[in-house]
Amino acid sequence: MLYGLKIATRYLTANKAQTALLVAGVAVGVFIFIFMSALIGGLAEFILSRTVGDLSHITIEAETDDPALLISPEGHVLVVAERGRTRTATLAEAATWLPLIEEVSGVRAVSPQITGAGFLTRGAQVAQVSVTGLELGRESAILDLAGYMVDGDVRVGPGLISLGRDLVDDLALSLGQTVRLESSKGVAAILTLSGIFETGNGAMDGARAFVSLSTARTLFEMPQGVSQIEIKLNDLNAADATALRIRALTGLDAVPWTDGAEQLMEALNAQAQTGYFLKTFALITIVIGVASALLLSTYRRRPEIGIMRAMGAGRGFVLFVFVTQGALIGLMGGITGAALGYLALLPFPPREAFRPGMLPLDITQGSYGLAVTLTVIGAILASILPARSAARVDPVTAIGQ
Amino acid sequence: MSTLLEVRDLVKTYGTGEAATRVLRGLSLHLDTGEMAALLGPSGSGKSTLLTILGTLMKPTSGSYIMLGQDMIAADDTALTDFRNAHIGFVFQFHNLLPDFTALENVIFPTAVREGRETPQARDRGRVLLTRMGLAERIDFPTAKLSGGQKQRVAVARALMNSPELVLADEPTGNLDRASAMQVMDLISEINREEGTTFLISTHDEKIAAVCRRQIVVGDGVVTG
Ligand SMILES: Nc1ncnc2c1ncn2[C@@H]1O[C@H](COP(=O)(O)OP(=O)(O)O)[C@@H](O)[C@H]1O
Ligand SMILES: [Mg+2]
Repeated sequence: MLYGLKIATRYLTANKAQTALLVAGVAVGVFIFIFMSALIGGLAEFILSRTVGDLSHITIEAETDDPALLISPEGHVLVVAERGRTRTATLAEAATWLPLIEEVSGVRAVSPQITGAGFLTRGAQVAQVSVTGLELGRESAILDLAGYMVDGDVRVGPGLISLGRDLVDDLALSLGQTVRLESSKGVAAILTLSGIFETGNGAMDGARAFVSLSTARTLFEMPQGVSQIEIKLNDLNAADATALRIRALTGLDAVPWTDGAEQLMEALNAQAQTGYFLKTFALITIVIGVASALLLSTYRRRPEIGIMRAMGAGRGFVLFVFVTQGALIGLMGGITGAALGYLALLPFPPREAFRPGMLPLDITQGSYGLAVTLTVIGAILASILPARSAARVDPVTAIGQ
Repeated sequence: MSTLLEVRDLVKTYGTGEAATRVLRGLSLHLDTGEMAALLGPSGSGKSTLLTILGTLMKPTSGSYIMLGQDMIAADDTALTDFRNAHIGFVFQFHNLLPDFTALENVIFPTAVREGRETPQARDRGRVLLTRMGLAERIDFPTAKLSGGQKQRVAVARALMNSPELVLADEPTGNLDRASAMQVMDLISEINREEGTTFLISTHDEKIAAVCRRQIVVGDGVVTG
């Protein structure tokens, strides 16, 4: 079939301008395909990292006991024990689970935490804060606290506290000064401001306090255990599966971030669907373009096809010549389009540097191989119809024309 | 002389019903190996139709056709394609050469398509044939740059490429001036004498027909002389 390849190549090079135009058309389709892939992929990446990047991917919260009921044999409710306001649930055996969870594949970091509410007092000023007790050395496990630090140290040792920039401004605090933190349990502690962070998130910067786990134990009267365990994964898309695995392993109620994020997932899904739709159209355009160009070429070359058939070329040979032309056009257009797509995406920043307000085009999500493969397959499919009509050319009428 | 081909009672009707044209009406013909025959007859008498059937490019409406002891009517498309490639050469009046290929590439096509590639041996034979046709200087010329007479000589060389027993030529000189036409005919008779290749050449030119040893005249759908 080497000879068929030679004939196909010659047919393509004989009409250089026409072939170049056709290849350019295919390349544009491939370019759109790649651009859409990079855009949809980059957009999803961007949205996810914006919304989920600083969140825990899997959270294990202590279950608060349901209110106890005393029910009579007839089914009447006799007594309802009101749930204690100040009772905090604990994951008592957290310490035993942590090493186990850390070993689960795909888990990047585990952060045991004690959370609660409290009042921060500085002179006459009072501010309500939500307090998170973090393990020393694991401050940045979930939220990139180190990255958001604008002043001071990220490490919250015993007796220290990190506050958001807005809160610090409200209370006119400065690094090294002390504040009084009283928990909802009524326990108070005098803490030294050791770090100021700014995340850009108002709720975080204006009402969040980070203390050490040991400080939180005292504040919330929790001598052992923690109130929640936050888990960060290497791949946030693996949250569902990993949560299941952790649940099976520990029996704890591990909740993936996707629970309660249905709207986000739906939006991302819809966005991906739009992408598929546009990419399919790009492919259809390629197929129609190649098919019509080859059909025209088949028609123009009818006398030649007749001569080849008279000289002893079989139908299969003619078929091969035209399908090969389609494949070659697909390959050339595919590679050209992929190369152009790559070059066009090069000036855009990598996904780590995405910022709001610019197109989050992710060069690594161009699906170049897929684009070229699908284009070649599409072009081959597109050439089957013209190739079959070429193979069916009746040599007598073709030569007699 | 041995029999090369034999057709009996060939009938060919184009179209059906009202529009049906009966072109061949029970034509019988016998050709021996090594013959050099002219096929004469007025335009529309069915010369091309007969050559097309003899060339296995079309089947008759009825009748029998045996060539080299094989039944050409019963054979399928694949078998006929291979048979043509090995045993029959063609020279047409128009649309003879592949325009995007050189003279040599055109000449070696019948061998290359059989072997799946252009072998050095095929190229050597192609060069010999082109040289014999007086085209030594034009071997690697694109066919578009050749004159009408040169093109027809390339076509003759190609028809001879696989050393076929039979070469069918349908008005091969119809488009040529007298001098070019005679040059082509002289080369054909030389090949016929030296190689024993059978030629059947349709023409309505008496001078061309005179070069051939036998004249077959078609009229009213049968051989009349
Ligand atoms: N494909 C065809 N369909 C219908 N009629 C045809 C076809 N080919 C040839 N004919 C008719 O058959 C007759 C013989 O044609 P042809 O064999 O070409 O004769 P010649 O070559 O002697 O001029 C003509 O009348 C022509 O119009
Ligand atoms: Mg004719």
